[in-house]
Amino acid sequence: MWKFLHKLASPPHFYALAAKMIPWFNISGLLLIAYGTVAGLFFAPADYQQGDAFRIIYAHVPAAYLSMMAYSIMAISAGIGLIWRMKLAHAVAAAAAPLGAWFTFLALATGSIWGRPMWGTWWEWGDPRLTSELIMLFLYFGYMSLRAAIDETSKADKASAVLILVGAVNVPIIHFSVEWWSSLHQGPTLIKEGGPAIETAMLYPLLAMILGFSLFFGALLLARVRTEVLHRERRSRWVRNLVLTESA
Amino acid sequence: MMEIFAMGKYGAYVWSSFALMFMVMIACVVQARSRHRKMFRQIESRLKSQALSEKNGHRSEN
Amino acid sequence: MKPRQQRMLAVGLAALGVVIAAAFTLRAFQDNMMFYVEISDVVQGNVPDERKFRVGGLVVPNSIVRESGELAVKFTVTDTKNSLDVHYDGILPDLFREGQGIIAHGSLDENGQFQADTVLAKHDEKYMPPEVADSLAKHAAEKEAATVVDE
Repeated sequence: MWKFLHKLASPPHFYALAAKMIPWFNISGLLLIAYGTVAGLFFAPADYQQGDAFRIIYAHVPAAYLSMMAYSIMAISAGIGLIWRMKLAHAVAAAAAPLGAWFTFLALATGSIWGRPMWGTWWEWGDPRLTSELIMLFLYFGYMSLRAAIDETSKADKASAVLILVGAVNVPIIHFSVEWWSSLHQGPTLIKEGGPAIETAMLYPLLAMILGFSLFFGALLLARVRTEVLHRERRSRWVRNLVLTESA
Repeated sequence: MMEIFAMGKYGAYVWSSFALMFMVMIACVVQARSRHRKMFRQIESRLKSQALSEKNGHRSEN
Repeated sequence: MKPRQQRMLAVGLAALGVVIAAAFTLRAFQDNMMFYVEISDVVQGNVPDERKFRVGGLVVPNSIVRESGELAVKFTVTDTKNSLDVHYDGILPDLFREGQGIIAHGSLDENGQFQADTVLAKHDEKYMPPEVADSLAKHAAEKEAATVVDE
């Protein structure tokens, strides 16, 4: 097990293995997303309160889930990178940031589009759920600009890891905001006592979307970590050989 | 048939959400690929200029 | 500026950003809480002076009345103990209906009537098709009827 992990963390090995894994993540992820989109848009019944507007859930929930998942991955990687001085962990954190920012943007945008017809507003300033999710977008931007401002990679790794760990307090705030404060946003549907509060015909496409997006995210993350690894190892012999072989 | 696409009176909201979702997916893929290619080219051109300067008898800077 | 100073500046700015963001959030949440007034308090006249506030509650069935004006409505919200009449002239959200949880933002006029400038609707975390909702309501009604008979 440790031997495997050690080997995995070796940059050339990771670089080659990730390239093999990416297509599988993409294919399985896109198939699930295709099923979830078609089933969610056309086959799931309309909601008793929201009618067809509820179908936005199939775009909104996976995006919101990934926005928090990406941040959690970054925080864990940043912690591992700081404690065990593992460079690959820092590379993972750096690679996840732009993806997290994209999905946070998507969650905010689709939430806004959903809120307009249902709640009666595009955006409500001071709403705990909305505000804490917006703060997370700024944390991603802050992380990326901090990294861009520091030229030396190992320094950038450390400084940005501290930022991401400090900001990690926001993740539970986002999750529990709807319970701790009065928010326009309703409570959790999937993760709650007594099981999900959603009809099965509506639930399966949603689960397919969440899983599909996670796999798609996995492919993107692996691809971006490969780029990071290439950059970090640019002066090494294996990258030299790789680039010269491929460009020849 | 058109009825399914109308989404009650929420067509504009539902379809714009899904359009955004697919746009973000495409943007993520395009961005990841172009960054990887750029990185590869950067290293490639550095190695080539290095090889050139070594051939000309200069010491490499990197 | 030396690279080291640049780095320190970057770290300092990032830290400052986090602090400002946190302060801004907490402030916003507090404002949100402060100007949310319980219906019982509104009924007793305990409302912020010169400041608009929010009330929240359920729309009382059969209380929605069209008033003069194109969109003007009057309805009653209740927290199940006390209730308050709300006047509103504007487009209501699609989820606005009898029994629905709503949040109204506005103030009391000179006659002690709540004049709302915004009405937002909340929905619960449950999703189901209308048929299921209907049969759930029917079962609940039957169960209630059965308990009445038992008594």
